Amino acid sequence: MSITNFRLTTDEYDANFADIHPPFENLAAALVEANRCLFCYDAPCIKSCPTSIDVPKFIKQITTENIKGSAHTIFSSNIMGGGCSRVCPVEKLCEGACVYNLLEEKPIEIARLQRYSTDIAISHKWPLFKRKPSTGKRVAIVGAGPAGLSCAHVLSREGVDVTVYEKESKGGGLMTYGIAAYKVTPAFCEEEVDYILSIGGIEIKYNQTLGENISLAELQSNYDAVYLGIGVGLARQLNIPGEELEGVVDAISFIYDIRSKGFNQVKVGDRVAVIGMGMTAIDAATQAKRLGAKEVTMVYRRTEAEMPCTTVELDLAKLDGCKIIWLAAPKEITGENDHVSQLHCSTMVLGEPDASGRRSPIDAGETIVLNVDMVIKAAGQMPFEALVTSNNIDHQYGKMWVDANSGTSIPGVFAGGDCVNGGKEVVDAVQAGKDGAKGILNYLNVNQPVITNQY
Amino acid sequence: MADISSNFLGIKSPNPFWLASAPPTDKKLNVLRAFEAGWGGVVWKTLGTQVKNVSSRYSAVDYHGSRVMGFNNIELISDRPLDINLREIKEVLKEFPDRALVISLMADNSRESWHELTKKMQDTGAHGLELNFGCPHGMTERGMGAAVGQDPEIARMVVEWVMEIAEIPVITKLTPNVHSVVPTGLASVQAGTNALSLINTIQSVTGIDLDTFVPNPNVAGKSAFGGYCGPAVKPIALKMLATIAQNETTRRVPISGIGGISTWKDAVEFMLLGASNVQVCTAAMKHGFRIVEDMCEGLNYWMEDKGFKTLDDFIGKSVPALTNWEDLDINYHIVANINQDKCIHCGLCYIACEDTSHQSIALDYGKPYNKYTIKEEECVGCNLCKLVCPVDRCITMVEQRKGDEYLNWKDFQRLGLPLNDH
Ligand SMILES: Cc1cc2nc3c(=O)[nH]c(=O)nc-3n(C[C@H](O)[C@H](O)[C@H](O)COP(=O)(O)OP(=O)(O)OC[C@H]3O[C@@H](n4cnc5c(N)ncnc54)[C@H](O)[C@@H]3O)c2cc1C
Ligand SMILES: Cc1cc2nc3c(=O)[nH]c(=O)nc-3n(C[C@H](O)[C@H](O)[C@H](O)COP(=O)(O)O)c2cc1C
Ligand code: SF4
Ligand code: SF4
Ligand code: SF4
Repeated sequence: MSITNFRLTTDEYDANFADIHPPFENLAAALVEANRCLFCYDAPCIKSCPTSIDVPKFIKQITTENIKGSAHTIFSSNIMGGGCSRVCPVEKLCEGACVYNLLEEKPIEIARLQRYSTDIAISHKWPLFKRKPSTGKRVAIVGAGPAGLSCAHVLSREGVDVTVYEKESKGGGLMTYGIAAYKVTPAFCEEEVDYILSIGGIEIKYNQTLGENISLAELQSNYDAVYLGIGVGLARQLNIPGEELEGVVDAISFIYDIRSKGFNQVKVGDRVAVIGMGMTAIDAATQAKRLGAKEVTMVYRRTEAEMPCTTVELDLAKLDGCKIIWLAAPKEITGENDHVSQLHCSTMVLGEPDASGRRSPIDAGETIVLNVDMVIKAAGQMPFEALVTSNNIDHQYGKMWVDANSGTSIPGVFAGGDCVNGGKEVVDAVQAGKDGAKGILNYLNVNQPVITNQY
Repeated sequence: MADISSNFLGIKSPNPFWLASAPPTDKKLNVLRAFEAGWGGVVWKTLGTQVKNVSSRYSAVDYHGSRVMGFNNIELISDRPLDINLREIKEVLKEFPDRALVISLMADNSRESWHELTKKMQDTGAHGLELNFGCPHGMTERGMGAAVGQDPEIARMVVEWVMEIAEIPVITKLTPNVHSVVPTGLASVQAGTNALSLINTIQSVTGIDLDTFVPNPNVAGKSAFGGYCGPAVKPIALKMLATIAQNETTRRVPISGIGGISTWKDAVEFMLLGASNVQVCTAAMKHGFRIVEDMCEGLNYWMEDKGFKTLDDFIGKSVPALTNWEDLDINYHIVANINQDKCIHCGLCYIACEDTSHQSIALDYGKPYNKYTIKEEECVGCNLCKLVCPVDRCITMVEQRKGDEYLNWKDFQRLGLPLNDH
């Protein structure tokens, strides 16, 4: 049993991490799909997209080969429409609501069409937006993730000068450092960030950490407003014995390594256990398998009915050959020579439904033991509670509290994205950034209507 | 099995599906392939004076991903030497004696030319002649084709010339490039033509290349008005056919229906409106000759289902159902009904009615699905919602008569009834 890197050849890595949602090959293929769209009125797909992209409009624009118009429609609602077309869990968003589902037919491939237009726009660097003349207002944004970048773009469009402080050396947030590698490439993430910045008026200062290199007080005094889009960064501990053993890693840093180092640099075990059944757990399990792990077993306390990931994601793990043990909770990790060798789990049963109707697992009293050489913990992420507390921002379990204008308890300080909602999808963070920008523009009395889908 | 064999002016064919005078019937090779595939007859591509064709010569209109909804050509009559055509016609007649072979012709504007050409055609042993009064481009500039069809008096004269020496049936093919096909049809019948056929192609510009700015088809940077045909022209062809089938005089001769026929269903529609047989061009050019197999089978099964034994049992059956607007029953009233179990909440009915019709659909907002219901009092029964609804039989029109009696517009006015009571 070993935990090691360089398990596969370069070609094997490339094949394993190739795009799982390949784009349309050409205009003709996109046209066939686009022409299926009914151009619904007050369409359910729009209502089910957190950024309210005018889906029928952009698809209609593809059918008329007005690709510029189509990309403009998408980006005016969602400046990360390119990234979202690759990473959105569309089965529970736009495509899940498409009326074709009610006809028991395949829904329109909205995301793929979205990718078609945005890919062309980004690769041609189409300048689809023009900044309004500078208002002289300056806003600081912390975090160059989807929330921060989307906020920055809207502000800049309205003539506000933006400085983004980002602790990493690249922009994009979890888009760059967290999303499964078979969904987006680092090259695309970079292009996307560049495309967003191409509007001008936005400066990103990398390797700047709030709480270390800069303080909130400084930002407050140097800028007219501050937006916090710092995400949730810390992996939740299991709080069981053996967690400190070598070979026990958290999913976020495991994925961070896959995203930031080469595939062949990331060590993975022969037999890997992944704890949890959320999206992060799925990503960790599938990518461990694709890095060359011989056996990957996912362990979850509840049943399929309660799992946080979607069926589509679960199927992805199953197709990758990951095994699943339902109703088992990790109890202890044991090792040999400081290295993990076994994961001990209690078997569970589901109790009575609680107030929310969810049935909590209860210990059934038996133990199962898995022989493993790596344990990946994906039991959720925790907000940067210490940072929030030390700045005296009201919060709930570390998630910042915001009002209807995205304002925190400190006047002039706004927040949004994962750091407020506790961790949702990229598309939610993009919307949060738009909402934050709107709140800031109101606060700054920059008096123009913001964020419509119209020209 | 029903009997789908056809007898058009004594010209027999195993089925009523003929290929129209056009490239598919331009030479022996094609016609043999057509007969092998099962076509009942052909009208040989128009023969006449020597011409030369250009390239490109076709263009098309695509719609919503469907190719060639409309087809356009700036082709002239046959550009192959007359002698070769005549020899090939004789050869084909020998090989397929059971199929209809009609020759289309177009001569210069003189009695001698028409006589000479007609004689040459008859000498081949062909079963009939079709006078091309319809070619809308090129030939018109020389006073032929549509130039003849557009002037009833010239048409009458030419038909008379031909009938002076014709020994085989003569069909006169009409141009649609007129405000009504009846005057020329009438003149031709009065001049003695044995039958009429319609339509030839409709003058058109199919579109313009947005990169080169040259209309289609592009001949070295220039274009010309072409003739339009294919599925897009079918409704117009049917209307023109109906006017010929309704007219006291023109309906006395058999009519060969042409224009956008692609399937057995299209063919049946033409026959129900008075065509004795049909001719097909674009559909064959798009799919090849093999479409005739389904045309024959489909027609056969339909006739069986309806209890029709021969084609005559249904030819012209729908003509009486077409009347004048003022004879329609004003008391007949329908209102739309949405089957909520079938509705997929696309809102297409709502926005169509709201923006462009009578605001008769109510919207109950929902997330993500809205609910749509008909406001019966407001509904005028126009059909628009039903037409735009993407779900089969989701919207139906329910009869709610305004009165038991038949009441037409003339009576309505005579009785001085109030306007806008619904
Ligand atoms: C493993 C994993 C897989 C995921 N897969 C998907 C997916 O497939 N599809 C999908 O839609 N969503 C997915 N998500 C969720 C999605 O990535 C997030 O919802 C989204 O990125 C949130 O955006 P954000 O801007 O709020 O935060 P983040 O993307 O986390 O960005 C926060 C930014 O702030 C920076 N930052 C943090 N603290 C500081 C500080 N103190 N000073 C300066 N900068 C700081 C960070 O470096 C980062 O760049 C996934 C998440 C994870 C963890
Ligand atoms: C390329 C082309 C050439 C044609 N040439 C002739 C012709 O020489 N003589 C003629 O009478 N009609 C000619 N036609 C008209 C057809 O015979 C027919 O009337 C017309 O195409 C409508 O039928 P469709 O919709 O089935 O094509 C031609 C049509 C096309 C498309
Ligand atoms: S952003 Fe995501 S949810 Fe919205 S339309 Fe595009 S793919 Fe669908
Ligand atoms: S619901 Fe489906 S069909 Fe309707 S507009 Fe949206 S994508 Fe098109
Ligand atoms: S068009 Fe048909 S399916 Fe769409 S909302 Fe109306 S009734 Fe329902």
